[in-house]
Amino acid sequence: MSSQVNTGLATLSDQLILATVLLYLAAMIGYALELAFGRVRTVAAAKRQPVAVGASSADVLPSADVLPETPREPEPEAWAVRAGGIAVVLTWIAWAGNLAGILTRGIAVDRWPWANMYEFVVAICFAAVTAFLVLMTRQPIRFLGAFVTVTAALGLGFAVLFLHVQAGPVMPALHSYWIAIHVTAAIVASGLFILAGVCAVLYLIRNDDRASVLPSRKDLERITHRAIVISFPIWTFAVIAGAMWADRAWGRYWGWDPKEVWAFITWVAYAAYLHARATAGWRGKAAIIVSLVAFACLLFNLIGVNIFFSGLHSYADVPS
Amino acid sequence: MTVPPDTETTGTPEASVAIESAPKEPARPVGLGVIGWLRWGWRTLTSMRTALILLFLFALGSVPGSIFPQRGVDPDKVAQYFANSPTEAKWLDRFQLFDVFTAPWYAAVYLLLFVSLAGCVLPRALSHVKEIRRKPPAAPRNLLRLPYGEAFEGGLTVEEAAAKLRRKRFRVVTGPDWVAAEKGYLRETGNLLFHVALLALLFAVGAGGLYGYRGNVLVVEGDGFANTVAAYDRFMPGQRVSAESLTPFSFTLKDFQASYVGSGEKMGQPLDYSAKLSVQDTPSSAPRDVDLKVNDPLDVNGTLTYLIGHGYAPTFKVTDGKGQVAFDGPVPCLVDDQATYTSECTIKVPDAQPTQLGFVARFLPSTVPNGNAWVSIFPAAVNPTVQIIGSFKGDLGLDSGQPQSVYVLDSDKLKPLGKMSAQPAAPLALGETRDLPDGAGKIQFTGVKEWITLQTTRDPGRLPALGAAAAAVLGLVLSLMIRRRRVWVRMTDRKVTVGGLTRTEGDSGAFSEEFAELVSLLRDSQDSPDSQAPQAGDRPAAAPVEPSTGPDEE
Repeated sequence: MSSQVNTGLATLSDQLILATVLLYLAAMIGYALELAFGRVRTVAAAKRQPVAVGASSADVLPSADVLPETPREPEPEAWAVRAGGIAVVLTWIAWAGNLAGILTRGIAVDRWPWANMYEFVVAICFAAVTAFLVLMTRQPIRFLGAFVTVTAALGLGFAVLFLHVQAGPVMPALHSYWIAIHVTAAIVASGLFILAGVCAVLYLIRNDDRASVLPSRKDLERITHRAIVISFPIWTFAVIAGAMWADRAWGRYWGWDPKEVWAFITWVAYAAYLHARATAGWRGKAAIIVSLVAFACLLFNLIGVNIFFSGLHSYADVPS
Repeated sequence: MTVPPDTETTGTPEASVAIESAPKEPARPVGLGVIGWLRWGWRTLTSMRTALILLFLFALGSVPGSIFPQRGVDPDKVAQYFANSPTEAKWLDRFQLFDVFTAPWYAAVYLLLFVSLAGCVLPRALSHVKEIRRKPPAAPRNLLRLPYGEAFEGGLTVEEAAAKLRRKRFRVVTGPDWVAAEKGYLRETGNLLFHVALLALLFAVGAGGLYGYRGNVLVVEGDGFANTVAAYDRFMPGQRVSAESLTPFSFTLKDFQASYVGSGEKMGQPLDYSAKLSVQDTPSSAPRDVDLKVNDPLDVNGTLTYLIGHGYAPTFKVTDGKGQVAFDGPVPCLVDDQATYTSECTIKVPDAQPTQLGFVARFLPSTVPNGNAWVSIFPAAVNPTVQIIGSFKGDLGLDSGQPQSVYVLDSDKLKPLGKMSAQPAAPLALGETRDLPDGAGKIQFTGVKEWITLQTTRDPGRLPALGAAAAAVLGLVLSLMIRRRRVWVRMTDRKVTVGGLTRTEGDSGAFSEEFAELVSLLRDSQDSPDSQAPQAGDRPAAAPVEPSTGPDEE
């Protein structure tokens, strides 16, 4: 095992991450300007009547053509829209900087660049922004930009200030191809969960009876659900891959290590969200709160467990 | 598990007796009798709300398992907890908080959850089988009033429409002037597969616990190990494991090597461990060389041996007061500091004459002087020394029958040799000998060996558990990604109307794209491409009306 570190590349990686933080902040300002001075959405399109579609009695359809015409909005300021467009471009540049920071770090140490807390948090911020950018190509979710970029900037800033360790080799337990599978899956799932978490918080802030720059609660709920539906199987896979790695490295596939306990709790909490969403009386706000509880479990597992508990995952290398 | 709606309304069982006797409160089974109560209990247990609460309890119950040390994970830490705060520990232990994951209250939660799950999944599986064999329902009268609707002019025939939808893998039924099509049955199949796989996973884990075993053993370089119950330092068998069922392999540890980062900020961090073993799969088979590493266990017919830890075992030669060699061999030392591998050694010499001897020593792998003391600065044995901290004579207590740790001197009946000095003496370099006070003999530091700790595991449940977990992921993906959707087409006088709906709540928005594709597919190859979008087509496609599911749906 080589312990050689390309210090030049490692330093470049650190600088790239710093630049990325600034770019995310700049993008955040652009999105915020668009939100503040751009189009204001009206009161969420009137409550639509649920339509009962029975298999047999399908001709009884108190239908939804009772939609009132949405009143025309004054056209938003052109510069505000342009600020949003610039923010998108900035986000893509910052995204590339984030990616380059991860890649240079990986090349500098000649291993997968997510073997300690710093690298892991950097990668998760990258995953969250990636999830946002990819989803934005298919759905009108630019309004999320300000919140996603500020989350990423905060995450990266936290990593740089409190978690940063010099690039270097890792423990023998991490010399395994499983790091590519298990940790990557955890990162991707976490990125999507962050997106869902941001949306869920906005859902709670949004008041459907008032005009707002945010889309309706229903849309926010849909995006939250969509993100969790995609990430939940990935998280499940990450946990299973972790169990398979544990079976290779530690002699058991499940041993209730604190990290395993919290990964399990997170999984159960997100499962509870999916069930709550399908349970009468729990749909809507209650389910969203469940998803936020699950998100809190996820964050605690990613960060809290490494700081508060000692366990087999403690090689995460948190500077003390 | 999405429960059929009729079980959601917990209270109103069909038992008409109950309704007569308590007409005002159908939700409470007053005067139901035993059967009614059982039925009510079963319905409550298998309801979604109960399952949700149990899920929360399951998560909540796991939390103390991460806060308090667990006997199954780290028994030493539990003992330490008892030593540090006995009263608190006693109370925690009363609630089994040191054995959360084997505690009856924890088992109660997950068993109830799984019973609830089974009670929910089995009836649903039966109704799903019926559902799969049922034909798509006939077309409703006004297709344009469905969540998705469109009309266009064209000479589409029933056969053409049916063929096109069939090619899109829809299940199709035709009428005189209509086509009904349905697709996405795999959603419910996946849902059921996921929940059944969880049940299977529980059984696999349980079976692994019953029929598997785990053992830990410490082996010093040059020593061997044979897989028998007696050879283990700690052996944790499942209830159904007999001593004879252990795979009869054996091995000798020829060499162990660890490499560390030699300089820089991460100096001393381990890079790689490697143990060279000579393994005999059966007593009669030829030995083979195995390079045992972390992440790469030794596999002998499904019994896996893992490299878990390592440390130093300096060798000593103790000559007693009568001039006899009373001890000559390695002494495994406990690692005190992972960064420098400074280790604590306890040397017991029960064969020394006239009295037994005991020593407490510190092993420093890379010794440098530091003021008046000596410290280790690196984990590798670059400049190994041994510092004798205490020398004792008397009764080691080994014959008392009381079990005692090899790492601790039972100092009750021991007296220090000579005068205890505040300053520990200079450490012994390799090969150096020191005479003991009071003519008790001498001790020589003769060499350095390393020890490794191994864990041997046999878990017949691991492959079934893996299979169940894989099935669960597959089922999850199917149930979350597939939509159940229905499409109807009706043709009247060259006017074709198409209507569609999804039977999945919530994310029906994404169906609009597929629906538009289907419409254009049906419209294609029509002689008159001009179409009219009726009033229903004006709706924003991204947010169609939610169909609330009918009584026979999820």
